[in-house]
Amino acid sequence: MSKLLEVKDLSIAFDTYGGEVQAVRGVTFDLDEKETLAIVGESGSGKSVTAQSLMRLVPMPPGKFAGGSIVFNEEDLVEKSDKQMEGIRGKDISMIFQDPMTSLNPTMPIGKQISEGLIKHQNMSKKAAHNRGIELLKLVGIPNPERRIDQYPHEYSGGMRQRAMIAIALACNPKILIADEPTTALDVTIQAQILDLMRDVQEETGTAIILITHDLGVVANAANRVAVMYGGKIVETGNVNEIFYNPKHPYTWGLLSSMPKIDGDDEELLAIPGSPPDLADPPKGCPFAARCPYAMKVCENHMPEYTHLSETQQTACWLLDERAPDVEAPESAMVGGTKVHE
Amino acid sequence: MNSIEEKEKLLEIKDLKKHFKLSRKQTLKAVDGISFDIYKGETFGLVGESGCGKSTAGRTIMRLYEATEGEVDFNGDNVHAKKSAKELKSFNRNMQMIFQDPYASLNPRMTVKDIIAEGIDIHGLASSKDDRLNKVHALLEIVGLNKEHGNRYPHEFSGGQRQRIGIARALAVSPQFIVADEPISALDVSIQAQVVNIMKRLQKERELTYLFIAHDLSMVKHISDRVGVMYLGKMAEVATSDDLYAEPLHPYTQALLSAVPISDPEVERTRERIIIEGDVPSPVSPPSGCRFRTRCPHAMDICANVSPEWQEHKKDHWVACHLYNE
Ligand SMILES: Nc1ncnc2c1ncn2[C@@H]1O[C@H](COP(=O)(O)OP(=O)(O)OP(=O)(O)O)[C@@H](O)[C@H]1O
Ligand SMILES: Nc1ncnc2c1ncn2[C@@H]1O[C@H](COP(=O)(O)OP(=O)(O)OP(=O)(O)O)[C@@H](O)[C@H]1O
Ligand code: SF4
Ligand code: SF4
Ligand SMILES: [Mg+2]
Ligand SMILES: [Mg+2]
Repeated sequence: MSKLLEVKDLSIAFDTYGGEVQAVRGVTFDLDEKETLAIVGESGSGKSVTAQSLMRLVPMPPGKFAGGSIVFNEEDLVEKSDKQMEGIRGKDISMIFQDPMTSLNPTMPIGKQISEGLIKHQNMSKKAAHNRGIELLKLVGIPNPERRIDQYPHEYSGGMRQRAMIAIALACNPKILIADEPTTALDVTIQAQILDLMRDVQEETGTAIILITHDLGVVANAANRVAVMYGGKIVETGNVNEIFYNPKHPYTWGLLSSMPKIDGDDEELLAIPGSPPDLADPPKGCPFAARCPYAMKVCENHMPEYTHLSETQQTACWLLDERAPDVEAPESAMVGGTKVHE
Repeated sequence: MNSIEEKEKLLEIKDLKKHFKLSRKQTLKAVDGISFDIYKGETFGLVGESGCGKSTAGRTIMRLYEATEGEVDFNGDNVHAKKSAKELKSFNRNMQMIFQDPYASLNPRMTVKDIIAEGIDIHGLASSKDDRLNKVHALLEIVGLNKEHGNRYPHEFSGGQRQRIGIARALAVSPQFIVADEPISALDVSIQAQVVNIMKRLQKERELTYLFIAHDLSMVKHISDRVGVMYLGKMAEVATSDDLYAEPLHPYTQALLSAVPISDPEVERTRERIIIEGDVPSPVSPPSGCRFRTRCPHAMDICANVSPEWQEHKKDHWVACHLYNE
């Protein structure tokens, strides 16, 4: 069966005063219907730029495609004109952002912002779009939708704005919903509501979700598969069990180790020393080499290939080369202690 | 950790209120009568939903805001009493703040050296230029940076490094008490651990007392000796962090803890959550009686009429909820 979305070797760079920033450096992943793929990783590692490129929302210039393809519906989105993209954006692929205020129009009632897409993409009448708007607000759990639909964003609370944005994103039953840190600005009680809502909606409509977050708890809760990014590359991908219970990349180990355990005691946290690479002058070899406790000579100058550990798990690390010494994941990276996992 | 009995109170916060007048008719009660103690050498964690008044509480405790009502005693002295300029200065020296946003809180036009030395200059703590520079270098080293970093500007640093500069600046005047307002929220998980470890190490070495404001509950548990949970301007519960996580008493604390996602997929798949419905009400017109009643799964008639009393339900475990009144 062909995939819903196939991203191959995608590269995106920005022209800046400090030189060319290679934000995304050869990223490959795919997406199935109905699944949730989480993208996690260091700040500045290229998660948002990757996601925005799927909707062609990366400002160009200063940005530019430096290679690769994004195949959706057997067509390469990289090749599409802006005009053609307008027919896809908001209809087949839509996006919700961390801060709803930046994407909601403050001068337009919420209802109008929902019906805009319906009228444009589905030729709905004003009346029908209004009614569908009420349905959508109800779906995302806004109380009193008949009254609320005519209100402006500032009359909504933070959690309600986030839900309204989800309603707008879902209006045309998109095949892919991209959520860039959708709950970061919210409290855990509201976050739990939004995650439940996204799950319900996915069950009902079959939408595939790309979820960007730095919260590994949210990943464990919501994702089927995970891609771990570092320095503009995906360094490891796998299904959620593989990433949490059998990670193979030292950066994934570092990430899991630095999380405080809510039932743990107060020993020192395991920080990853150092800071991420400068993408204006990216390292030739493994991007994690400067901070990796296991780095070998080869790591500095040669980028490791992906090793396929299972049908779903791929890891780019020289430790998986047969010539490398045997290294086990540190105990601190073991999620759930000594539990046995298949 | 010492038991609480042996601990000396550094701060006593008594019925502290901070109201903001929005217009002639509207008052926003950001902090509306909170009482708790902070012991010398401990980390007191303060958690709660966005907008519940954590930052306002921290700022009012330090007298960055004048209190509307109530009292803050620091070493037995009322912080909000009338003070001469000199007395105020000495207070300021003893209470420092680390801010949430390591980008906005450092002056971009000053070198790191001068940023760190600002307090040293204000309080005249250096005897000579050399002494000043030595002090700055020592501080840089303490927070894991090196001397050369002193000549650079903030934009040349990563978020984690900037936050360390903020810590060095706060430490420069040798304070006793530091309010850390979401010091790690803007940082990467891998960098958060660096900053938390430095804060813990410094606390041991310098007997610092922290008020640590955050909304990441697992980090708060990790770093805090005791934790206070706020809701809509009021304190819902205060307990040792072990007690609070093992046996939360207030329905809001229970919901909060059950909503924290845990980074273990199997646990997440099988876990029962207490989902609380609805949004946080506006602090301009909070609900009558208990402020949590509009979302509380256990709300009773009395909750709408009577504000629950702040009481020590068990030793060192305080709660405000009618469920615990006979
Ligand atoms: N418009 C732009 N101009 C120049 N550089 C940019 C631009 N947008 C992004 N970048 C750079 O591209 C890189 C990747 O950024 P991106 O926003 O994708 O990171 P991220 O992984 O989403 O990080 P975070 O977790 O902090 O959101 C960064 O180095 C960033 O500075
Ligand atoms: N200077 C001010 N003037 C008017 N209202 C204010 C002021 N500062 C804070 N508030 C209001 O007081 C309430 C409490 O705000 P505060 O910043 O203390 O919350 P918080 O718990 O720190 O939230 P967050 O987690 O989002 O930082 C909010 O409703 C806020 O809008
Ligand atoms: S390739 Fe080398 S430097 Fe990179 S993660 Fe693996 S061991 Fe570490
Ligand atoms: S006082 Fe009543 S409404 Fe408030 S938390 Fe307790 S049971 Fe719930
Ligand atoms: Mg991002
Ligand atoms: Mg705050």
